[in-house]
Amino acid sequence: MSIDGKGTPPVLEVDGVSVSFGSRNILHNVSFELRAGEFTGLIGSNGVGKTTLLRVILGLQPISTGSVRVLGAPLSKRSRALGYVPQKVLLDPDVPMRARDLVALGLDAHKFGFSRRSATEREKVEEILVAVDAESFADARIGSLSGGEQQRVLIAHALISSPKLLLLDEPLANLDPGSVQEVVALLHRVAKDHGVSILLSAHEMNALLPVMDRIVYVSNGRVASGTTDEVVRSDVLSELYGHHVDVIQLHGRIFVVAEPGTSAEDVPEHPRYQVD
Amino acid sequence: MHFFLEPGFFSNAPVRTALLLGAVVAAVSAVVGVITVVRSQSFAGHALTDVATAGGSGAYYLGVGALWGFLGGSLAGAGAMELIGVQRVRRRDLATGIVLGAATGLSALFLYLDTTVKATTGATQQILFGSIFSVSSSTIPYVAIFGGLVVLMMAIMRRPLLLTSLSSEIASSQGVRVRMVGVLFMFCLAVSVGLSSIAIGSILSTALLIGPAATALRVARSIAAATFLAIGLGIISTWLGILLAYDSFYWDPSSQGLPVSFFIVAICFVFYVFSGIALSRRRAQETRRPVATDSALSAEGR
Amino acid sequence: MFTGFMVNAWQVGTIVAVVAGVVGFFVVLRGAAFPAHAIPNGAFAGAAGANLIGLNPLLGLGVFSALAALGIGGLGKRGRPDVATALALVLMLALGAAFLSQSTQYEPEIYSLLFGEILGVSSTQILPTLLLGLASVLAIAVLYRRLLLTSLLPDVAASKGVDPYRVDVMFLLVVGLATTMTVPVVGALLIFSLMIGPPAAARTLTSRPGAALWLSVSFSLLTIWIAIAASYQTNWPVGFYVGVISAAWYLAARTYVRTQSFLVLRRRVI
Repeated sequence: MSIDGKGTPPVLEVDGVSVSFGSRNILHNVSFELRAGEFTGLIGSNGVGKTTLLRVILGLQPISTGSVRVLGAPLSKRSRALGYVPQKVLLDPDVPMRARDLVALGLDAHKFGFSRRSATEREKVEEILVAVDAESFADARIGSLSGGEQQRVLIAHALISSPKLLLLDEPLANLDPGSVQEVVALLHRVAKDHGVSILLSAHEMNALLPVMDRIVYVSNGRVASGTTDEVVRSDVLSELYGHHVDVIQLHGRIFVVAEPGTSAEDVPEHPRYQVD
Repeated sequence: MHFFLEPGFFSNAPVRTALLLGAVVAAVSAVVGVITVVRSQSFAGHALTDVATAGGSGAYYLGVGALWGFLGGSLAGAGAMELIGVQRVRRRDLATGIVLGAATGLSALFLYLDTTVKATTGATQQILFGSIFSVSSSTIPYVAIFGGLVVLMMAIMRRPLLLTSLSSEIASSQGVRVRMVGVLFMFCLAVSVGLSSIAIGSILSTALLIGPAATALRVARSIAAATFLAIGLGIISTWLGILLAYDSFYWDPSSQGLPVSFFIVAICFVFYVFSGIALSRRRAQETRRPVATDSALSAEGR
Repeated sequence: MFTGFMVNAWQVGTIVAVVAGVVGFFVVLRGAAFPAHAIPNGAFAGAAGANLIGLNPLLGLGVFSALAALGIGGLGKRGRPDVATALALVLMLALGAAFLSQSTQYEPEIYSLLFGEILGVSSTQILPTLLLGLASVLAIAVLYRRLLLTSLLPDVAASKGVDPYRVDVMFLLVVGLATTMTVPVVGALLIFSLMIGPPAAARTLTSRPGAALWLSVSFSLLTIWIAIAASYQTNWPVGFYVGVISAAWYLAARTYVRTQSFLVLRRRVI
């Protein structure tokens, strides 16, 4: 087990993990670590295995080789140290549930029985709703909320059980640019205030650049990890992609550009940024 | 008053049994129905009534108590659906359909044997359409006991069940045993459907499972409120339906009266339609209130 | 077994099987098992109603199948589709129960409407069945590409100007049409078995849509042929054999695919 400078074990250690579906290899010998309170971006284009990797960490996806340790302990399926916000949650407008009901389920949905929620538990729900700026729509039906509002409620749901590590699968996809900024700022604040490590998957890194402590870059089922400066470099990414790519910095934004003639599918999508 | 409440309504023993049994079945169906609708398992809920029918007609033939036939049938059907894959949303309809198709074949055989070999006339009509007036009062204790068991189980597992129904991924990341919760729910659904199929026939079983629950879910503010509202709507529909069916014998001396199931289903459906109107009014008000950015946009567009 | 009234049974059974195999393929593809169950049941109410007022049952079947299809589509647009289907279904069945209570129909007639009477098919029924069957298959052929596209990629279809909701209602009307022709023959309940089991088995075995369609029709034909022969030999209702054999196809296909992938895995390990 590797120990960082302060003597605490990493929040998450992924060591030599491989996953295959039938004959297709989705992840190949993936290793990286996450430390307490860090904001990590899991970056890669669609279909490179980001969701699979998150499901591995959650213990929902069996692995062929390797190991995953959370807070120094081997993965158990029922670890309450993890919070998870999945990519697509279809919150039906026909289901009569208020935002606060969904958040409260984060406290006790794993319990069978009749127990009523105590006053402290109800206060906790209130606090967390304030922390994610959701108090103004706490009594609205979840299905009637906008995408950004639903995202905040789901984050509150995941945070209320005080996890040490929060996993978010593409939380910024399908949000308008304003909501993207809000959600990123909110997550950054939560990571600092509550000492929660965050692992957030995205196919586009620029919105995360101001807040990201580390990056885990995924391509072809393999990863490169470190600080942004260590990873998002032409030599590192070229090796990861298996062909030459250029990293271009422009107006504080980073673009990964493939050589003409190489398959465009390998490169994270951001044509809309090349225009402006 | 007489034209509405015909003489002898409350002093008639079959009517009293029907009122009591109808209320119990409506309440149990409502509790299970709310979650059935939230989980989008209406098809399974309906299919189990037909599977229960196969069990019931088989019991008729074998001379076993019909209650056990209905219960056994729906439980076996739920087990088969679970094995084929009712827990996976994408395969759910197919699993339900395959079991339903096979069970229909078995019903065809048993009903044929009932009518030809045992020469019991009326089996088809009795089993498929049931009549709440012809249920013997000795069934009530069984219905009450099994119904109570189902309501108790639903209450105990309401929180895991609710989160699993909203998103199985979030639930399992939080340590909920999603598969086990799904199996337990199918058990509750099967018992509830088995009970109501014998008490009120398979048409009404589906109607009382889905109708009040779907109506309540549209207008209530929380799942708990929806459950209580559904119980209330279910009991009102049932009692009103029994009353109207009883009255209908007197409407036209030459006719034979209309079946209870017709009235109860019609009342459930009227409630559902009205809830739809209430819902669209509320949605219209919500879009007029410019709070969230996208609803503000749609309000401007009007 | 191949003489007299049995000839009618073989001919009509073959037509029904082809139509069920084709329409059922899309029922399974679109996940429309519940509507496919509900529409024939609704049609049953129509037959009961037509009987009551002395009309041709085929007219009642057609009108009520169409009403069921439109009702499911209309209610489903505003609420949950499965709830809409369930409510439309019980409403139709309750009407059917009301019609039956007013008529003096004998039990065997109800039974045959629900479970079919293929061995009692008269030669006058062959032509209407053939025409309605051709109409259903023709409608499917016209809608073929739209059905495939809206089933697999509803959003893409919408962007190309194909309204998935409209395609859905049209498809349900085709199911209604197929139902109208098949209910008098195999019954309201068993046309459903025939529309689910064989196509589901076909889809399990191949991933090519064309091949799956042919397999679906073949399984469906085999089902009804075996069912007719077995029913003739044993005197047990044809519906029993149709229901059980249809489900058996699916289970057999699943088992076959499972053992195949198990063998492949083992070969790779060795």
